[in-house]
Amino acid sequence: MAIIKLPECKVNQLKEICKSFNHDSGELINVLHKAQEVFGYLPAEVQEIVAKELNVSVAHVYGVVSFYSFFTMTPKGRFPISICMGTACYVRGAEKVLDEFRRELGVKVGESTPDGRYSLACLRCVGACGLAPVVMVGEKVYGRVAPEDVKGILAEYSNL
Amino acid sequence: METIKLTIDKKNIEVEKGTTVLKAAQKAGIDIPSLCYFSLDGMKIENKPGGCRVCVVEVEGRRNLAPACATEVSEGMVIKTNSMRVLNARRTVLELILSDHPFDCLVCAKSGNCELQSLAHRMGVREIPYQGAQSTYRKDTSPSIIRDIDKCIMCRRCEMMCNDVQTVGALSAVNRGFMAVVAPAFEMNLEKSPCTYCGQCVAVCPTGALTEVDHSREVIKALADPTKTVIVQTAPAVRAALGEEFGLKAGTLVTGKMVSALRELGFDYVFDTDFAADLTIMEEGTELLERLTRYLNGDKQVRLPILTSCCPAWVNFFEHNFPELKDVPSTARSPQQMFGSIAKTYFAKKLNIDRKDLVVVSIMPCLAKKYECQRDEFKVDGNPDVDFSLSTRELANLIKLANIDFHALPESEFDLPLGESTGAGVIFGTTGGVIEAAVRTAYELYTQKPLPKITFEELRGLDGIRSATVDFDGLKLNIGIAHGLGNARKLLEEVRDGKSHFHAIEIMACPGGCIGGGGQPLHHGDVDILRARQKAIYLEDANKTIRKSHENPYIIKLYEEFLGQPLSEKAHHLLHTHYFDKSTQIIVE
Repeated sequence: MAIIKLPECKVNQLKEICKSFNHDSGELINVLHKAQEVFGYLPAEVQEIVAKELNVSVAHVYGVVSFYSFFTMTPKGRFPISICMGTACYVRGAEKVLDEFRRELGVKVGESTPDGRYSLACLRCVGACGLAPVVMVGEKVYGRVAPEDVKGILAEYSNL
Repeated sequence: METIKLTIDKKNIEVEKGTTVLKAAQKAGIDIPSLCYFSLDGMKIENKPGGCRVCVVEVEGRRNLAPACATEVSEGMVIKTNSMRVLNARRTVLELILSDHPFDCLVCAKSGNCELQSLAHRMGVREIPYQGAQSTYRKDTSPSIIRDIDKCIMCRRCEMMCNDVQTVGALSAVNRGFMAVVAPAFEMNLEKSPCTYCGQCVAVCPTGALTEVDHSREVIKALADPTKTVIVQTAPAVRAALGEEFGLKAGTLVTGKMVSALRELGFDYVFDTDFAADLTIMEEGTELLERLTRYLNGDKQVRLPILTSCCPAWVNFFEHNFPELKDVPSTARSPQQMFGSIAKTYFAKKLNIDRKDLVVVSIMPCLAKKYECQRDEFKVDGNPDVDFSLSTRELANLIKLANIDFHALPESEFDLPLGESTGAGVIFGTTGGVIEAAVRTAYELYTQKPLPKITFEELRGLDGIRSATVDFDGLKLNIGIAHGLGNARKLLEEVRDGKSHFHAIEIMACPGGCIGGGGQPLHHGDVDILRARQKAIYLEDANKTIRKSHENPYIIKLYEEFLGQPLSEKAHHLLHTHYFDKSTQIIVE
């Protein structure tokens, strides 16, 4: 095992999660979902613990984590920004909105700002196609976003 | 047995229920091309992700084409394996695979033995109509294995071997779509993963994505250096497979020709790892008897069962996965390393040369041996006991490179003293052989009586886990045998949980033992080749006049002149080793 740099209480929480799924390797994806809720992301150490608890190889766990775009190995920012790239949002200019966020924040998709405040991600359809293009910041949904709106959205969080 | 009647390419055939279209066609003499599919029948090894779609066939009444490897036969099925529609689909699939494959066949290590290349040849592909991006990935070189993922076609055979058969778990498919690759966790290099270097991934890889690290150039250099004395040792399983590389039937013993070839290559002395196998039996057999005697005398500290330690991939496996059991295996070094150690002390002294001027080369059916000879504990002042380990395949290439007509070679004998061996040493090359050799010696040492029967049929075969009870003149010795690391894991878990009733267990990492090693000529999934090699090994044993390790006159002499007794201080120093806890090896960077 690697040297664990994770808080012990969270590690115990993770072990409890594995236990609640009976250490069943078939529940790997569910365990990873819960683990990401606890840690905010899935660093290598977390994957190693999950592998050990579910008795599967670390390579297998990493295979699943790297396959699903929902799982991330980089910590999310305090305000995670997601731009919908579903068909409806895409055709109504989501990419231009994404470009604007990238320019404003100076980060690529999947990265966080150095101060840890924002992270940028893409997702596929939040089920609000009527509002396309859609942006989410945390749990809050913004509809019909134009590139010109990006500065204003970010301003809402700059003093929080 | 329930049977199914069906028609394939207008041939009426009847097969067992549950048979796949691919196997049914094979029975009818129809060879449907396949790529990702792989099996070793009768050994519970099968890869059928149905992913490549090369084996598609047309099934009457079915709308889409069916993958023959993953489609079971049903009553009255009418199948066409060569219709226009099938041929077009198959070609398109192949062209798409080739469109993301490097065109460097001329310099590829797998050229001439590549299943993708053969398929392209068979299908007569002359151009690739699809132009587009090619996925690229960094090359990863470990002590034994090179991963060149640009050549990977995602057949998943290596993943199946590494996870399902060997339960090593070093490799997994990671990422998605065009970015998908087979890699260790967190895309670390293989060296940082729990890889045991068993080489079974290399043995099944259809392309050049997984190959061995080739040391033949270094060996050629040593042979050309007049200041060096270069000696070679050959593992038992090599002689039973080398002939295949020269078109001989599987199972043809080429011991004498191999010795001649090595001499023509310029080795100063051609010796036999079988000699060191006999030495291993002296040490390991004595260790078994010592532990057994202590156990029978009520010593509670003694760890039983004793586990064999000849197989370097197996050693890596328990160091990674069962470090808490690292005092259970025999401390005896593997024959390769015992040979190196004796060569660079006893033999170097006989020649009156410095160990640095003696180059020891080993010819092994194995890729883990390359890693083993680089381990620090097998070096003296940085000079390794075994300098280079070549695979059977590399030796075959060397022979071809040197313009040697293998078929025309005379048969010749190994040099002395390190080339004399017994039948017990030979059978080290197959699953069950090490323990049979050990039993032959331990029986006579323990009972002080000659063996009533030299062979132990109950220890032979190809079942993954076997067990037998051998009667040592009243003492019933329970013996377990496992080959394939997944089978080994099962026996290990019993040992860990205190449920094992065995006194001694033999473990070999590769399916079939060394005859099926990762460095052997590729069998392409033909299990009959493994059977033939095994038969050849036992034939070589039967042909030997001396068949018990402790009767090898040069082993007796070695103890008299140099080592003293088995397990003596000198023997401990030169022929035994210790193991490490490698479970901390998963390093996150």
